[in-house]
Amino acid sequence: MSVLQIENLSLAIHGARILRHISLSIGPGEIHGLIGESGSGKSMTALAVMQLLPEGAEASGAVSLAGQSVVTLRDADMCTLRGATVGMVFQEPMTALNPLLNIGQQVAEVIALHDNLSRSKAFVRAAEVLERCELPRDQFPLTRYPHELSGGQRQRVVIAMAIAMKPKLLIADEPTTALDVTTQAEILKLIKRLADEDEMAVLLITHDLAVVTGLADDISIMRNGEIVEQGKGAMLHRTMTHPYTKALFSASGHQPERAQAGQDRALLSVENVTCSYALPRKTLLQVPERFIAVNDVSFELHQGESLGLVGESGCGKSTLTRAILGLEPLQSGTVRLDGAEMTGTADDLALRRKMQVVFQDPYSSFNPRHKVDRLIAEPFHLLGRTARMDEIDEALVSVGLSPTDKEKYIHEFSGGQRQRIAIARALIIRPELIILDEAVTALDVSIRAQILDLLADLSEQFSLSYLFISHDLSVVRRVTDRVLVMRAGRIVETGETEQVFTNPQNPYTRKLIAAVPQLSDA
Amino acid sequence: MLRYIVTRTGSLCLSLLVASVVIFALIEVVPGDPVAFMLGLNAQPDTVAALREELGLNASVLERYFSWVFGLLQGDLGTSYTYRSPVSEIVAERLVISLPLAAYALALTILIAFPAGILPAAYRGRAADVAVMGGTQLGVAIPNFWFAMIMVMIFAINLRWFSAGGFPGWEAGFFPAMKALTLPAIALALPQASILARVMRSALLDTLGSDYIRTARAKGLTKGQALRRHALRNALIPVLTILGLQFSFLLAGAIIIENVFFLPGLGRLIFQAISQRDLIVVESVVMLLVFAVIFVNFIVDLAYAWVDPRLRVQT
Repeated sequence: MSVLQIENLSLAIHGARILRHISLSIGPGEIHGLIGESGSGKSMTALAVMQLLPEGAEASGAVSLAGQSVVTLRDADMCTLRGATVGMVFQEPMTALNPLLNIGQQVAEVIALHDNLSRSKAFVRAAEVLERCELPRDQFPLTRYPHELSGGQRQRVVIAMAIAMKPKLLIADEPTTALDVTTQAEILKLIKRLADEDEMAVLLITHDLAVVTGLADDISIMRNGEIVEQGKGAMLHRTMTHPYTKALFSASGHQPERAQAGQDRALLSVENVTCSYALPRKTLLQVPERFIAVNDVSFELHQGESLGLVGESGCGKSTLTRAILGLEPLQSGTVRLDGAEMTGTADDLALRRKMQVVFQDPYSSFNPRHKVDRLIAEPFHLLGRTARMDEIDEALVSVGLSPTDKEKYIHEFSGGQRQRIAIARALIIRPELIILDEAVTALDVSIRAQILDLLADLSEQFSLSYLFISHDLSVVRRVTDRVLVMRAGRIVETGETEQVFTNPQNPYTRKLIAAVPQLSDA
Repeated sequence: MLRYIVTRTGSLCLSLLVASVVIFALIEVVPGDPVAFMLGLNAQPDTVAALREELGLNASVLERYFSWVFGLLQGDLGTSYTYRSPVSEIVAERLVISLPLAAYALALTILIAFPAGILPAAYRGRAADVAVMGGTQLGVAIPNFWFAMIMVMIFAINLRWFSAGGFPGWEAGFFPAMKALTLPAIALALPQASILARVMRSALLDTLGSDYIRTARAKGLTKGQALRRHALRNALIPVLTILGLQFSFLLAGAIIIENVFFLPGLGRLIFQAISQRDLIVVESVVMLLVFAVIFVNFIVDLAYAWVDPRLRVQT
């Protein structure tokens, strides 16, 4: 008998159709991958199973959980199922835990709630569960608070809460999207192990095909609230018939056509750069210690080149980026652009116009109260003049938008369009170097493929150089000529991208590359 | 945690030191010689000189500052120019009214604001929400002295449940004294409770929308349990901030209400002392109020750390 049986589930929120005729079933011990891009309805499917839908939601169809129909269940009865028969893990481990309670209290709560145990017994059980999730008690005592743990460790706590009652079904909604590749690999292994040990069914929701293909027994592909294709995990790339599935697979491994790398002239040279922060002082009179975020880093970026910078969160990528942009004071070392040294003063204006940046979040990096024409004309203050209308139009056209878009506000655009606008803003004063700081990380695969193509085209058209900063190694591999691997503030490996990926020299690089989930070859 | 308390205590002492210097300097530059005021326009110069000597006004500024501060530390607030009795006695007389009144009003504020903030957050958009939000809007808008007078008309003059003003003293017994403070406390508490209820509601709505509430629901907690166990304590931080500010206001800001109810409290004392140029009283009462404000903030700081483990500095 299947643990989760969804039949013909449809859902509307305030009249808007969100899900249409979803059917899927998961047996004990099976992992079912639910894949789709943002807005496809995959999270809503999960919330429908949990009966935690937002207000105004109306569901029809049947959802049965371990033989019990949940759609018509009262909330009080549903509460006895949630946490006990079905556990759920969410995307954001940083906010999924209550910051004011320690991890022992939070795990023990779910045990005490469903088993009616005394406090002390619940705490003993909580310690065992955390141990199962690889948080041993001697290193992670129950009295730890969430802010004392890393993202991966917090996700283990969330998983511990979800599996504490040995549920028959675990729903994991993008459980690793916010994590680094190595942490992602560990968390996925943990979920797989728990599923095997407890004969637990898993509904694994993700936008990343590579994450599920190696792990899931079955896969459902969702689009616009419908399941367009279902198949066996390892076989899907061979059995797929739906054009959307094919498009998704090809977008995931999309290789933009790029022109050959440029000349030997160094456009950006970073020499022995060190940046450090003062840590909070421990006593009143003591000189505060300093945390060295970037430690004696040197590299060159040649004209026309696309240079990758990879590393896990906290390795110093962002500080280095800010240092290059002149947003961070250097403790020592120099940053040269086109041979001239950045001084960190107003004299840099002429230099800074040669360099622009595109950030990760295409929404929060725009002022929502300005229209697009004003937004993308912002860099013109570096030139000391205002933008001409034809320049704005040209920038919009070059990123594939229409000149009429300049009258709109940023909320009127989709995520991919916003990132195009961010690129237009970078492009408009014709810089030589664009720094892409996780610029495609937040985008869906098909949109990401389009943006990568656009970047390749623009590079050729305007002879641009890119510094491509990302924690997503598979993208970096496809769009860069050379790559720098950064760890704990230092560059540990550098070389031609293909060479580094096929024959990594540094053990850290090897570990990083091994952790990247692979799409099985089609 | 200990280190946090020590640093907070250090900053408390430093604030008090700075405050004492500022208050002393301000009083120094205030125009009007208290001696001339006490003796009238036709005073003989030698009488004035003798009185100045007696009051210690001829000493140097530094000497006077230090004798004032050391006096304060020993509980000696000096002698009032006009009443000719120790300031500490006068202040103590007033404090036995003002302090219980402020505490009473604060207790009422909390008793009204917590349910009035939690209810609309739990039933957002429903009738309870609309009713409470409308009520608190009124509570913020109505001036408390007007509200006090209306209460006097209804409860004291028409219904005769309370007296219209005055204070029988604690000698009359606990309940008669508290009864006399009830209308003023309600008048003081109502606008504060309205503000606090609104802060509570929006803080709760913020936390109810957060991811860890969703996690709590996924663990099997009911909406009510999630609110009580997870949302409430997280919502307490902004509420504590406002509460700290309100206590200081209730202690010092009751001048008008004290006048409406003929209560001889601190507010009235300072008002009279200023108009009579009784600078030693002004100085001491202002210092006392500053101490109260800083001390309450110190307590609020400690409460933050009690609520939020992230503020407990690791040692």
